[in-house]
Amino acid sequence: MTQPAPSAQHHGPEKGTVTGPAAAPPSKPGGGMRALGLRVDVRNLSLLGVLAVLIAVGGFTEPDAFLDTGNLQLILTQSSVIGVVTVGVTFVIISGGIDLSVGAMVALASVWATTLATQDFGFAGILFTAVIVGLAAGLVNGVLIAYGRMVPFIATLAMLASARGLALQITDGKTQIVTVQSVLDLGLPDSYVLGIPPLVLVFAAVTVAGWLILNRTTFGRRTVAVGGNAEAARLAGIDVRRQRLYLYLLSGLCCGIAAFMLVILSGSGQNTNGNLYELDAIAAAIIGGTLLSGGRGTIVGSVLGVLVFTTITNIFALNNLQSDVQQIAKGAIIVAAVLVQRRTLRGSET
Amino acid sequence: MAPEPPLLTMSGITKSFPGVRALDGVDLEVLAGEVHCLLGQNGAGKSTLIKVLAGAHQPDGGAITWCGEPVQLSSPITAMRLGIATIYQELDLVEGLSVAENVFLGHEPTSAGFVVRTREARTGAAALLGRLGHPEIDPARLVGDLSAAHQQIVSMARALSHDVRLIVMDEPSAALDPDEVDNLFRIVDGLTAEGVAVVYISHRLEEIRRIGDRVTVLKDGRAVSVGLPAKSTPTRDIVAMMTGRNVEYVFPERPGPGVRATAHPVLKVEGLARKGEFEPVDLELRPGEIVGLAGLVGSGRSEILETVYGARRPTAGRVLVDGKPLRAGSVRAAVAAGIGLAPEERKAQALLLTESVTRNVSVSSLSRFARAGWLDRGTEREAARAATRELSLRPDNPEAAVRTLSGGNQQKAVLARWLLRGCRVLLLDEPTRGVDVGARAELYAVIRRLADEGLAVLLVSSEVPEVLGLADRVLVLREGRVVHTADARELDEHRVLDLVMEGSPTS
Repeated sequence: MTQPAPSAQHHGPEKGTVTGPAAAPPSKPGGGMRALGLRVDVRNLSLLGVLAVLIAVGGFTEPDAFLDTGNLQLILTQSSVIGVVTVGVTFVIISGGIDLSVGAMVALASVWATTLATQDFGFAGILFTAVIVGLAAGLVNGVLIAYGRMVPFIATLAMLASARGLALQITDGKTQIVTVQSVLDLGLPDSYVLGIPPLVLVFAAVTVAGWLILNRTTFGRRTVAVGGNAEAARLAGIDVRRQRLYLYLLSGLCCGIAAFMLVILSGSGQNTNGNLYELDAIAAAIIGGTLLSGGRGTIVGSVLGVLVFTTITNIFALNNLQSDVQQIAKGAIIVAAVLVQRRTLRGSET
Repeated sequence: MAPEPPLLTMSGITKSFPGVRALDGVDLEVLAGEVHCLLGQNGAGKSTLIKVLAGAHQPDGGAITWCGEPVQLSSPITAMRLGIATIYQELDLVEGLSVAENVFLGHEPTSAGFVVRTREARTGAAALLGRLGHPEIDPARLVGDLSAAHQQIVSMARALSHDVRLIVMDEPSAALDPDEVDNLFRIVDGLTAEGVAVVYISHRLEEIRRIGDRVTVLKDGRAVSVGLPAKSTPTRDIVAMMTGRNVEYVFPERPGPGVRATAHPVLKVEGLARKGEFEPVDLELRPGEIVGLAGLVGSGRSEILETVYGARRPTAGRVLVDGKPLRAGSVRAAVAAGIGLAPEERKAQALLLTESVTRNVSVSSLSRFARAGWLDRGTEREAARAATRELSLRPDNPEAAVRTLSGGNQQKAVLARWLLRGCRVLLLDEPTRGVDVGARAELYAVIRRLADEGLAVLLVSSEVPEVLGLADRVLVLREGRVVHTADARELDEHRVLDLVMEGSPTS
């Protein structure tokens, strides 16, 4: 790409954060446009700033432990499972929907993929089952919402309840230990693929794929259109329902992948897996600048949001602060991020 | 009239919204016990005026006196306390509350300041409903379960639950059957006999003749006549006052009938109908032809366009493109067959406001710029730019957010979308709404040029001169029925307005 094209404006934050001012529109941008570009930059810049502050705090309070390569790797690894889920959720939220069932879908996919019967099929069996279960749950969500005309909140809330219930039924509340060595190997602390921990590699791949899909494909364009103005999208000839179906399928797929990652990480499947992932994923997307009302959002923003949350958790743990303090800090960050965004947003509107 | 001061005097009321001067010095005088009719075309300023009267809008200038005292209607509550009640066209009832609760919403009879005395509210509501001639409405029923006519009665009961001296009714008969209209008139008579004044807004001249005492005609934000006798002023004069225009629009030349008359129709509509909205319509559209639908709000014109487009499912009839029937109720089928719609509510129905011009233009043709889902954004941008340049969209910046464009240029972005798509039938619903006067002529020229290049255009507008000036052929609609079809050159504005308001030509 020699020129930043249309997306440099709205989805350009990804570019903006990577390449800086070079992502600014090339030729004589209008005033409103410059403001828009600026806002988008500011939004992700502020999140990068938060991350920088956190790293400084971590480096200051626990210089040895925090800045250790192993610890930084741990932060990335811990971010990877929820990060993959968040990428899927970001698409759904940009389309104006919501998916409350991601945590439950991760739980269901992880326990289904680790039953004794599935483990008989080895690595491929576990991976295949996790992905298929995620897709199937996403399909149910999508059909209910797109063709059953259910409100996404309700449909995915129902999925949350039933998928968790089904996961409990499958495991009977017991932890299902994984015995497939090739899967366990990937979860070892010193396992690397291409010099990168495998889970981090998957996270990176999903992030890049998500960015490309959102910014470079008709699917991404239609997602934004449906979220920005569903009626206009419909009257422009877009099949809004099918688009919605695909979006929940995509979220389910991400949950399936995340479930497989969680199985690798924990070497087991549990019905309590993915607890409250829905809240973490939505929160990360929101502080990453995705509008809960749809029509606008970025993958990079969401990923930064995930990294911010994981880094906080890490720093707090290193400083022996309990999870109650972490939760309070998380809440404060969500509020602060949204307030900052609101102000920058208002500043750019006439 | 008696020497006592008028109940209400509004003088020199002005009100501007960004880009529009909605009221440009309006005078209105209402006497106690009279039915004062407010007439005017769409956009003449009626709605703004009654919102000022209801305290919902604050005027920029002018004076209001009430019973001879200057007043400021600073909020809806102030207006209500003075005794001004407004019944809006869009009923403002809470469907999930009972009739009695709606009637006394905001001023419920209470004990100790917060416990609603339900029984008292129900008796009170029943009394009001009885006074309105509808004792059969149960005050305990949910408003959402009532018919539209009964909801209107509830709305009126709510107005009367205050100590009301002036009631504003905005097109109260629009949703009513003929015998319900008779009942409405009985209610109005009863009110005026008690000395209550009624400001009555309607498009139907015959109603104004029946119950009106005096008429004020609004046009382009001004009162062109104040307090004419409602029963004796000739229709012709009223129509002339409503239409007398200050701005002359420049319409493009029509080409000769040559090619058009012989071409095969690209769009055929056969007996298309939607129950409750419009009766069976037949029409044919040839390449190069502009056909206009003239009618008032509620005449079914937008509904016809949206049904042709598949956005509404017809209850009868079909739409054919090149002789092939389209799947009913499918926008995608219509778009695939080459139909494009520029809808009435541009911002709500057509545009992705925060997105760029390019993205708004290409949204209907995305697959053309994609291979296996991957967009070739260079080609996309160039193609979109070619389309916007052909329509001289300003600014010539494909990255500009559509939100920042003027109304006219936003409309051009919508047209460019269909131009890029290569559509053959263009449905235009109020194409110049929100477009300032200067930019209209340019838009007219664009539409005519598109037709000359072979597009078939179906145009809906509430501005009669626009339909007459732009279209080749005109269908006049009244209350969901085509009452007249003619060559545009054989019609004039007066005749169309006569047809639109009374269903048959007068004079």
